[in-house]
Amino acid sequence: MSDQQAQSVAFVRDTMLPQEAPPASQTGPVKWVRDNLFPDVFNAVLTLIALFFIYKILAGFLPWLMGGLWTTASLAECREILDGATGGCFSVLTERWNQLLFGFKYPPDQYWRPTLAFVMLFVAAAPLLFAMYVPSKVLYFTALYPFIAFWLIWGGTIVVPLVALLGFIVGYMAFKKVEAASFAGALGAAIVSAAVVWFVGGFLSDAMSGVLALPEVPSRDMGGFMLNFILGVVCVSLSLPIGILLALGRQSDMPIIKWICVVFIEFIRGVPLITLLFVANVVLAYFLPPGTTFDLILRVIIMITMFSSAYIAEVIRGGLAALPKGQYEAADSLGLDYAQSMRLIIMPQALKISIPGIVNVAVGLFKDTTLVSVISMFDLVGMIRGPILASTEWNGVYWELWGFAILMFFPVCYGISQYSQWLERKLATDHR
Amino acid sequence: MSDVLPETHNVEMTVSDEIAITIENMNKWYGTFHVLRDINLTVNRGERIVIAGPSGSGKSTLIRCINALEEHQKGAITVDGTLLSSDIKNIDKIRSEVGMCFQHFNLFPHLTILENCTLAPIWVRKIPKKEAEATAMHFLEKVKIPDQALKYPGQLSGGQQQRVAIARSLCMKPRIMLFDEPTSALDPEMIKEVLDTMVELAEEGMTMLCVTHEMGFARQVANRVIFMDQGQIVEQNEPEEFFNNPQNERTKLFLSQILGH
Ligand SMILES: Nc1ncnc2c1ncn2[C@@H]1O[C@H](COP(=O)(O)OP(=O)(O)O)[C@@H](O)[C@H]1O
Ligand SMILES: [Mg+2]
Repeated sequence: MSDQQAQSVAFVRDTMLPQEAPPASQTGPVKWVRDNLFPDVFNAVLTLIALFFIYKILAGFLPWLMGGLWTTASLAECREILDGATGGCFSVLTERWNQLLFGFKYPPDQYWRPTLAFVMLFVAAAPLLFAMYVPSKVLYFTALYPFIAFWLIWGGTIVVPLVALLGFIVGYMAFKKVEAASFAGALGAAIVSAAVVWFVGGFLSDAMSGVLALPEVPSRDMGGFMLNFILGVVCVSLSLPIGILLALGRQSDMPIIKWICVVFIEFIRGVPLITLLFVANVVLAYFLPPGTTFDLILRVIIMITMFSSAYIAEVIRGGLAALPKGQYEAADSLGLDYAQSMRLIIMPQALKISIPGIVNVAVGLFKDTTLVSVISMFDLVGMIRGPILASTEWNGVYWELWGFAILMFFPVCYGISQYSQWLERKLATDHR
Repeated sequence: MSDVLPETHNVEMTVSDEIAITIENMNKWYGTFHVLRDINLTVNRGERIVIAGPSGSGKSTLIRCINALEEHQKGAITVDGTLLSSDIKNIDKIRSEVGMCFQHFNLFPHLTILENCTLAPIWVRKIPKKEAEATAMHFLEKVKIPDQALKYPGQLSGGQQQRVAIARSLCMKPRIMLFDEPTSALDPEMIKEVLDTMVELAEEGMTMLCVTHEMGFARQVANRVIFMDQGQIVEQNEPEEFFNNPQNERTKLFLSQILGH
């Protein structure tokens, strides 16, 4: 401020008052408790009731947890030692953790393989989930991951996943070659050339079945939480792109494509997942020529993927409908073609709107993988209900086992929903 | 209507003999509703045409037919020598030569201003990113908002957004610009900044078709004013003649309403 002005004004404060701390009764925990827990009589009563219930739950749960036994050989032994005192029989977990996680047939000396695949999953998923923080070079690893994970978990010669990968690469190159001429032609060329590679590669991998071979673990030996996790990850990652295609197909101008998508979506949504799983289990095998083995896990993956992709398609359709028509027109008027405007303009916005719905489907799907237990697959729930509860040692251990199942599922589902909320905040650029 | 531009200085520009757009006997229906009837129009390169008319008279539909945002059912439209047909290659070619600004800007809210401007040049024209960015900055400077380049559209005022939309179209180096009521959604104090940008564009010789109710702009910039009613071109003339000596009854009525006489 200039001198002149200061002189012409009667009073000018030239030192600021020091900051004062607010009165103690208006800050800190005391104020928080009063404002939030006991603002008036009614809320005070509610607070007290809530505290009472929390106390009751903890009073029941903590002694059970603390007094639990971890090293007995059977439930009977637990009961003997506890002798009426409160305490869980957690020995079933120390005894059977491996079966709960990997199923009861996966060879224990090979546990490192699914475990390694699990750890690598985080590296592979990072560039997709945290694109802004992870160098995009990691995407090459992401592309290789499915083949590595398959080899690790199922074992056998590495030639099989290599041939599969080669088929995709050859298909992609064929697509790129023909793409400029015609999209449909390119798609056809890609499929044919990939099929040729896989066909020839089939003989090759039979001939080279010893090359870099890990001990083979057949699909029926997969189980435990690992099975839920495999189904969840594979089905979510497949159903998102398929759901996008279905949603686009449903609003396509081409009537045949449109009706195929509509019928598919509406049919799948009108059928309970569990019936689809029974179909996968029994009926699909019935339709296949006798003697062909069509992997049960693969059948289940197809069914769950179909199911959730129909739901994801509907969620994305909602996102597409929420976009103003002007976005399509602006993209068109700039000369972007259909694929470009979908990929660069429409889908990023529609997917952003759809995140909560997609996450809903993903979490639901992950939990629904436990339904495979009804077609006698031994996932985590199947393991508990089947081999473990049926065994003479552990018949009757309910709380501990189901508590373990909750402990496995909850962090994953909670993590997914937290991630989606973070992502929504991260992508909030429209400042509406 | 606000006449925010000074009427004193008329933009002097030469119109070339070269033809930019021809529309011959063009008709369009929405279902059974006959929106456009026997439209005939020839636009030379460098012309600034203002299209006026009451709401619902088909002005938007007419200029949207020129870049095939709407399909016409009868007649022929030729843009820059390319006949507009249902062939997608022709449509994409025309669209990349013809820029368009909308009433509601239609910027891409998930992209920054700079990305909005570089997207089409990179993907449609296949221009390297660096070069596209340099071009984008050049046009953003031209519309006087280079400092907003890294913001998102939602952070800008309406007038700024419309200027970005103009810059975004210009980045494709179009030979023709279409404007559909570019100032109708703007607060009065922002109208001038957008009109100024459009005047500048006209001074550089851009071929322009503007649907607008800004009659001051029409007087200053246009070399021809077209009046539409009920899907037909009712009258067209030079601005002076059009405003001072309208021939058609409907034109007179419209002008008396819009100019508040
Ligand atoms: N997509 C559409 N379907 C059916 N009728 C439409 C459509 N778009 C515009 N119309 C009708 O066509 C007429 C002309 O519309 P428009 O070109 O937007 O007029 P203007 O821009 O002159 O106000 C109006 O009567 C309008 O209701
Ligand atoms: Mg209009």
